[in-house]
Amino acid sequence: MVGEMIIMSDMVEVRWHGRGGQGAKTASQLLADAAFMSGKFVQSFPEYGPERSGAPITAYNRISDERCPIHSNIYEPNYVVVVDETLLESVDVAAGLKDGGALIVNSSKSPDEVRKEVKNYDGRVCTIDARKISLDCLGAYFPNTPMLAAVVAVSSIIDRETFLKDMEESYRHKFAKKPQVVEGNLKCLRIAMDEVKG
Amino acid sequence: MSIRERMSGNEAIATAMRQINPDVFAMFPITPSTEIPQYFAQYVADGKVDTEFICVESEHSSLSACLGAEAAGARAVTATSSAGLSYMNEVLYVAASLRLPVVLAVACRALTGPININHDYSDSMAERDSGFIQLYGENNQEVYDNYLMAHRIAEHPDVRLPLMICEDGFITSHALENIELEEDDKVKAFVGEYHPENYLLKKENPLAVGPYGVSGYYMEARVAQAYAMKNAKKVILDVAKDFEKTFGRSYGFFEEYKMDDAEIAMVIMGSSAGTAKACVDELRKDGIKAGLIKVRVFRPFPGEEIAKALSNCKAVAIMDKSEGFSACGGPLFAEVSGACINMDKRPKMVDIVYGLGGRDFTVDAARSVYDRLGSIVETGEVGEVYTHMGQRE
Repeated sequence: MVGEMIIMSDMVEVRWHGRGGQGAKTASQLLADAAFMSGKFVQSFPEYGPERSGAPITAYNRISDERCPIHSNIYEPNYVVVVDETLLESVDVAAGLKDGGALIVNSSKSPDEVRKEVKNYDGRVCTIDARKISLDCLGAYFPNTPMLAAVVAVSSIIDRETFLKDMEESYRHKFAKKPQVVEGNLKCLRIAMDEVKG
Repeated sequence: MSIRERMSGNEAIATAMRQINPDVFAMFPITPSTEIPQYFAQYVADGKVDTEFICVESEHSSLSACLGAEAAGARAVTATSSAGLSYMNEVLYVAASLRLPVVLAVACRALTGPININHDYSDSMAERDSGFIQLYGENNQEVYDNYLMAHRIAEHPDVRLPLMICEDGFITSHALENIELEEDDKVKAFVGEYHPENYLLKKENPLAVGPYGVSGYYMEARVAQAYAMKNAKKVILDVAKDFEKTFGRSYGFFEEYKMDDAEIAMVIMGSSAGTAKACVDELRKDGIKAGLIKVRVFRPFPGEEIAKALSNCKAVAIMDKSEGFSACGGPLFAEVSGACINMDKRPKMVDIVYGLGGRDFTVDAARSVYDRLGSIVETGEVGEVYTHMGQRE
């Protein structure tokens, strides 16, 4: 297709760090879904190394008002989401993180405590206790839902009310056969948006 | 009305297949194309298609099953990647020479070794002489659109050749992006039904399929096949014109991006072309006359047209995402430079092999290519013609 490509300066790039099996790729797809529903152009893609349960994996998002033609990995993200805080020891999670962005970590610790554990980074750190919120709202540990809410709250990629309304619709569709879980997921999103620290 | 959706390249291909509802899908899984039969199996289970879905024991068999179905007059499809495509090699040539228009989706992936699941064009380029038509897409939208055009091109009476729909493994196959889907009934109306003139079990005119071709006949069959590939050029453009009229998106043999006054240009394929376009936009802001040609149709190769499109450039980099081990350049370079051989005026050309086995291609990498072209123009010196990019030394 022929046409003028404009790289929007308001494009938001997100990098996710997780371990194989924890659903960082799924979380990045959920963020793309939510942004798509709010009218954005989205990209969500995984970076595959040796695939095995527990190995560090990376996933990415680009979210913009125009279709983004770039299909490389993301080296200078606006936001980095760490689904598993044990990765802070072994992975340079803050690499390339842009000024004005934030590192969002799944942890029960405070942002100041977590910042001390991150190498080469003195920027904004946000923490969210995804385990506690997930166990309270869903009765099991699914970190994706609170992490998604945390990144939306911190980045303001999507307006809060639009996000919650779209997600409710999405859950009602996705869980059409078990509507009882919809309320728990929505509660999980709301609490995570309120409780993210930093 | 187009439907605003978001999905991966694999789901886009499976969606096109569902809308077309082929008679037969013979499948054998391999990363990163596996999701295509996986999605399709769900459509079969949900009764959304009435396709005969056959799980076979290898890729050699999946394509063979498609041949059998096509010879019987059915519309048959399959999907594969990498070693799976290599394992089909023998049957690819049979499909093409039998003039059976199977449509084969390929999520392009490196060949071993070392063993690697990521993207490059080692697999599809290795089959460039098989007699398949090859269409390449930059993203999920183009891959979907190519698929909607595939059967009409392949099954056209002047062509009757099998066709590969090539998408970039993982980069396109597994990336979720926005897409405009077309409505099922409009897709069905555009693609039409398949009614071949002759087939195995037609009682008025029973056929022998695949007989021995003695020296007295073999060459005629091969020349006829070569003409079919030449005929495909017109059919590809005719179908694209009708596609544009019906769905509004326009396609040719290749896309020319800011080529009108370009002095330096890249010839490139697939998802990397999008990344390089972002680089062209940046260079243009600095007043650098950079352009890009993205090859969509590799077989038949639009040699004359590309040569013409490059004729006013001063320096051109041909970007090969597969290594042909010819020691003098990759397959795209061989085609493009060969096509320019009789031009009175032609640019200086270099070949750059990049992105093997998933090595990332970035906007900065594209910029380094244009920088090199700029210095070729400045000094008049081409330097080394065939080089590799992005590897650790």
